[in-house]
Formats: sequence, structure tokens, C-alpha cells
Amino acid sequence: MNHQHHTNCQDTIQQLNAYLDDELDPQLCAQLEAHLESCTDCHIVYNTLKKTIQLCQSDGEEVALPADVRQRLLASLGLGEVDDTE
Amino acid sequence: MRKQAPNVEIDLSALQRKDKGAFARLVDAHSPQIYRLGLKMLGNEQDAEDVLQETFIKAYQNIESFEGRSKISTWLYRIALNESLMRLRKRTDAQVDLDAGIETDDGEIIPRQIVDWCCLPEKELMSHESRQAIQRAITALSDANRAAFLLRDVEGLSTREAAEVLEISESALKVRLMRARLKLRELLTEYFSERMPESTP
Ligand SMILES: [Zn+2]
Repeated sequence: MNHQHHTNCQDTIQQLNAYLDDELDPQLCAQLEAHLESCTDCHIVYNTLKKTIQLCQSDGEEVALPADVRQRLLASLGLGEVDDTE
Repeated sequence: MRKQAPNVEIDLSALQRKDKGAFARLVDAHSPQIYRLGLKMLGNEQDAEDVLQETFIKAYQNIESFEGRSKISTWLYRIALNESLMRLRKRTDAQVDLDAGIETDDGEIIPRQIVDWCCLPEKELMSHESRQAIQRAITALSDANRAAFLLRDVEGLSTREAAEVLEISESALKVRLMRARLKLRELLTEYFSERMPESTP
């Protein structure tokens, strides 16, 4: 996809992370929000960037420590509820 | 929203006496997070389990060197990351720098894929296949950027804590985080845009 990246878009992309983390100062925030209102491409980048982070978080939350891995861990530390089978 | 280690009371003096009960509590409080970090860092269960065991064996052996100035989770994450990085360096398959390509010469990142796939149903976004694509995208990051991303966005550490784990400045951490996030967005957009319903131009 070809689109022109004028200075405003580049600045916006550079500031998106700080914006997502609530670390952007209020004046820049207002400018950035105004740009997102008027620029479809940056708005899409913002939406998909936010969603990307959210999906990776949800994916991480689905990871559980398997019971057998936990048992082998405790066994390797001599804290086992299972016998050390070495 | 983010799951962090429960704030269990850590009895440092009991740990330093190598009290088994205190150590078992430490293991149970932190092992799920350490396992997840290893899994996402290395991309497979066996390596994740090895990193998990090594981390707690080293923690047990070196608990005297933990001074209690930072959180014990920070210390454990650091051991686990060093262990992960060591394993990654030993891998024979050469790492291709996939972070290149979206960066201009002066290091700015220009988004290329502009498709709004956020409207896809959650079921599709979090399907088994999608989660494999997410892991592939995470694996495609450089080790340094992946570590920064996992600590901040998956483990939910603050910028300061994540920088402390990696022993880098907060501004360096922010640069790595930004590159990681933008690269992931690029890769996931490639993946999900192919799954968008046909639209008429
Ligand atoms: Zn723009």
C-alpha cells in the first residue's frame, strides 16, 4: 500500500507508543488526537497497534504452567512431591 | 487485565537460610511467569522448561547475592532472560535480522501494511492458528526487542522495572519496545489482512 508519509504522520507514529502508555504530554496528546481524527492511515496504524498489544497480552494470559512441568521443577530442586527419578 | 506474580510475602532471611518451605513458596509464586517468559522468548516448551529449572536452581544457589533492593521478581526475570539469551546464542540456525526492512536509514519505522483488521471476530483473532501466528511474529523479533516487549507488554512490568531487568536505560527500553510493537503490528497485519472478508473497492 502506497501512501505519503508527511512529517505529521511520521511524528504521529513516533509518538504512538508514548500515547498508548499514557506518557505523552497533554499538549502533544491533543495534537496527536487531532491528527488521528483526520488521517485514516495513522488511525488504522493506531487501532491495529493497540490491538496487536492486546492480542499478545491475551495470548500470554492463556499460558499456564503445566502440572507435570511444575512437578519436575520441584523435583529438580529437591522440593518434590514426586520421587527424584535420576 | 495483566496477570502479575501475586504479591506473596517473601521471607528473605528464610530464603537465605535455604529454608525449603520458603523456597517452595517462592517457586510457586513465580514459576508461571518465568515459564511463560521462557516459552515466549524461546518459542518451545522444552526450552521453556529448561530455562525454568535453571532459573530456580541458580536462584537457590545464589540467593545470598540477592540484596533485596529490587523486587525478587526483577531478579528472577533477569536470571531467566540471561539463561534464555544464552540458549538463543547457542542455536545453530543463524538469526536473520527481521527488524530491518521497515526501518529507514535514520532508524525511523515506517508502517507499510495499512489494513484495519480489528473488526475480525475475537474468536478468529484468538484461534489456535492465530496464536501460532502471534508466536511466530514474536519469534521474528530480535532477541533484544523481544525481551523488552515481553517484559513490558506480556509480563506487565513498568518501564523502570523492565529497564532494570535488562540493565539498560529507560529511554533505550522505550526504543526497543517501540520497534518491537511496530514490527509485530506489521507481521500480524500481514497475517490477518489475508483473513479479512472480501471487500468491494
Ligand atoms: Zn497520518
